[in-house]
Amino acid sequence: MPYKNKVAILGAGLTKFMRRALETPKELAFEAAKTALDDAGMTIDDIDCVVSVTAPEAFDGVHMNGEYFADGAGAWGKPYMRTYVGGGSGVFGLVSGWYHIASGQFDTCLVVAEEKMSPALPHPQGAFNAIYDQFTERPLGVNLLWIFSLEMNRYMQTYGVPMETFARVAQKNKRNGLDHPSAQLGVAGDFEIEDIMASEIMSWPVQRLMVSPISDGGGAMVLASERFARRMSKPPVWIEGVGWNLDTSFWTNRDLYYPRYVEKAARMAYEMAGITNPKTDIHVAEPYDPFAYKELHHLEGLMLADKGQAPRLLEEGFWDRDTEHGIPASPSGGLLGVGNPIAAAGMMKCAEIYWQLQGEAGPRQVKREVRRGVAQAWGDLMQVGTVVVMGK
Amino acid sequence: MFERVAIVGAGYTPFRSVSPEVSYREMIFEAAVKAYNDAGVGPNDISTFVSITEDYIEGTAIADEYVPDQLGAVLKPVQTVTADGITGIASLVMQLQTEQLDLAVIEGHSKASNIDYPAHIDAFALDPLYARPLGFHPHFVAGMEMRSFLDETGNTEQQAALVAAVNRHNALSNPLAAFPAALTVDDIMGSRPEAEPLKRGDIANPADGAVVFVLARESLLSRIGGQPVFINGIGWSQDTPNIEERDLHRAKYIEQAAERAYRMAGIGSPVSEIDFAEVDDTYSYKQLQHLEALGLAGPGESGRLLRDGLFSPTGDLPVNVSGGNLGCGHTYDMSGLRSVLEVVLQLRGQAGERQIAGVKTGLAQSWRGIPTATGGVAVLGVE
Repeated sequence: MPYKNKVAILGAGLTKFMRRALETPKELAFEAAKTALDDAGMTIDDIDCVVSVTAPEAFDGVHMNGEYFADGAGAWGKPYMRTYVGGGSGVFGLVSGWYHIASGQFDTCLVVAEEKMSPALPHPQGAFNAIYDQFTERPLGVNLLWIFSLEMNRYMQTYGVPMETFARVAQKNKRNGLDHPSAQLGVAGDFEIEDIMASEIMSWPVQRLMVSPISDGGGAMVLASERFARRMSKPPVWIEGVGWNLDTSFWTNRDLYYPRYVEKAARMAYEMAGITNPKTDIHVAEPYDPFAYKELHHLEGLMLADKGQAPRLLEEGFWDRDTEHGIPASPSGGLLGVGNPIAAAGMMKCAEIYWQLQGEAGPRQVKREVRRGVAQAWGDLMQVGTVVVMGK
Repeated sequence: MFERVAIVGAGYTPFRSVSPEVSYREMIFEAAVKAYNDAGVGPNDISTFVSITEDYIEGTAIADEYVPDQLGAVLKPVQTVTADGITGIASLVMQLQTEQLDLAVIEGHSKASNIDYPAHIDAFALDPLYARPLGFHPHFVAGMEMRSFLDETGNTEQQAALVAAVNRHNALSNPLAAFPAALTVDDIMGSRPEAEPLKRGDIANPADGAVVFVLARESLLSRIGGQPVFINGIGWSQDTPNIEERDLHRAKYIEQAAERAYRMAGIGSPVSEIDFAEVDDTYSYKQLQHLEALGLAGPGESGRLLRDGLFSPTGDLPVNVSGGNLGCGHTYDMSGLRSVLEVVLQLRGQAGERQIAGVKTGLAQSWRGIPTATGGVAVLGVE
């Protein structure tokens, strides 16, 4: 069912993604917010409310982190809310901004994503240990790579996908990332399949060049009501549908081959957008790709490919940026090609769909005509899906 | 205009200083089952959920991971709002007003007894570059604020101590409260100094507990049982996060949040239109500061009005009849939900021994605690 008060996107901005930013979280938030406001041709005085998103606080090492960087996000003296669904937060920021405006309570909303992973020493994977159950899992000393290797293995075994296919995802995204001005140094690149296949094994079958890096960065977008958006000179992009969904905490009891929470979130968003056949109604996609296999996994969850068919379509070039009839996936370069400051990376995916629909993606602009796109993120304990459908 | 939203179900556990017999997930389960029964609905009827959590308090990163199962929210839209409970309710009000979602649930819990050194957690909320290296105890910030508030407004230390004595005493009539006590102003004044002029007796002690509410849009109420309490106005706001840049004596965040809530509820004169209030009293002086920010007392008058009995359970404007955070226990971000719970119980006539007769409009207010300047205000009514 289409929703009542339409929500427009007026602008987007990103900082550069870096391994170790010298800026504080406040400064990253400020830079992103200012860039987005400039892009929209607005100032902070035009903003009625602010939403922020950032993933675990253990990275920044600040309790009530949303409060801490609120002034950088431009929230001083405004209604301000930090919402959060782990790794899915970046795209969820737009969902949160959407309901602020779709409720009819606000005309404009600034959504700011900030992530500074580098303060976690010696490595942010240590902070990730704290996401596990304190009795049954944490004592095993697990980090993120271990469970994703389980999930990747399950996906590989279910459909008989060879390692080269996953390497090809990494190759595609890392090449796309070469054209992204925010791309982290050394992350984007023109790699051969052999280079990727020969990279260090982190936790079999996950290899270093099939994993997104640790990053610092910020991203922001400006949302507005239809009434406000009609006054602006540039035609806006509309949020047509949003969806989010959380699966059980007991990840060990699920079959990991398929992200049913992504499907549920996608169905919610598609229904709102009036989409009955995503394979033809969606023209460009930014699926969440922190690991190479995740892009394929999520494209299936988004119902842009039938179960188990995303690898075959990859080989056919269906997801390539210059495809004529396929659906370009991660034309930005994704997390594998641009970097993964978690919440900001999700915001980068939303921003990419916005720029693609506006025809402002420059060298990253896809070849085919695009009128509607989808951005998706995922997080918590392989548990949450967040989806936003945008259209012209 | 936008549609009104009502609280149609409330579930809660008692608030206790320790709860070794249950995990936080079991506490949420208890509150959730009671809330669903109260509303006459099941978890499958719910279209969106909000969880109020902060990672450092939980001891778990991405704490919302562990919320869905005991709440009946598996494979449903769930999100964390890292804010006080009233801001969390504001999130659900907006979600329902989009008319895409029908019934909503909010969950808040506190397992404060699991935190060995709460001040160490609070210290992590201080600016890592400018404030934290100074190594001061977070209560020091409250002490500075209290000194500034008393000096600027003319309220006295004794009046702040009276807040603590009154609220602890009110809690004697509340079976949910964790810290009821018959204390005098002299007891509070003579308690151990923490950060001058703040004393041990001025500070709320942490407590465990869980609160769950079911919310619905007004147009759906005919299909649901239960006794609806309407959220007529809701507001949330914040001042600068930098302690050194604030007017420490003022609770500007509450002035702004109240302005928004009153406008939405159509309240022009809060003193005459609000029947009773649950006001944040995590530190005793905070209740006075918040009452003045809410416009329920004139500048500098809150202490005198308290002494004169205006805010007593039998006064014209009863405040913290539940016992507030000083009497019930400080339950971190759940405190906002605890305040709303008391207003809901009073408006439904379910407050037992402490019931205020004939109340139709109540106000709940929350603050996120040191070192923040963030809070929410909700105006609730049966009409």
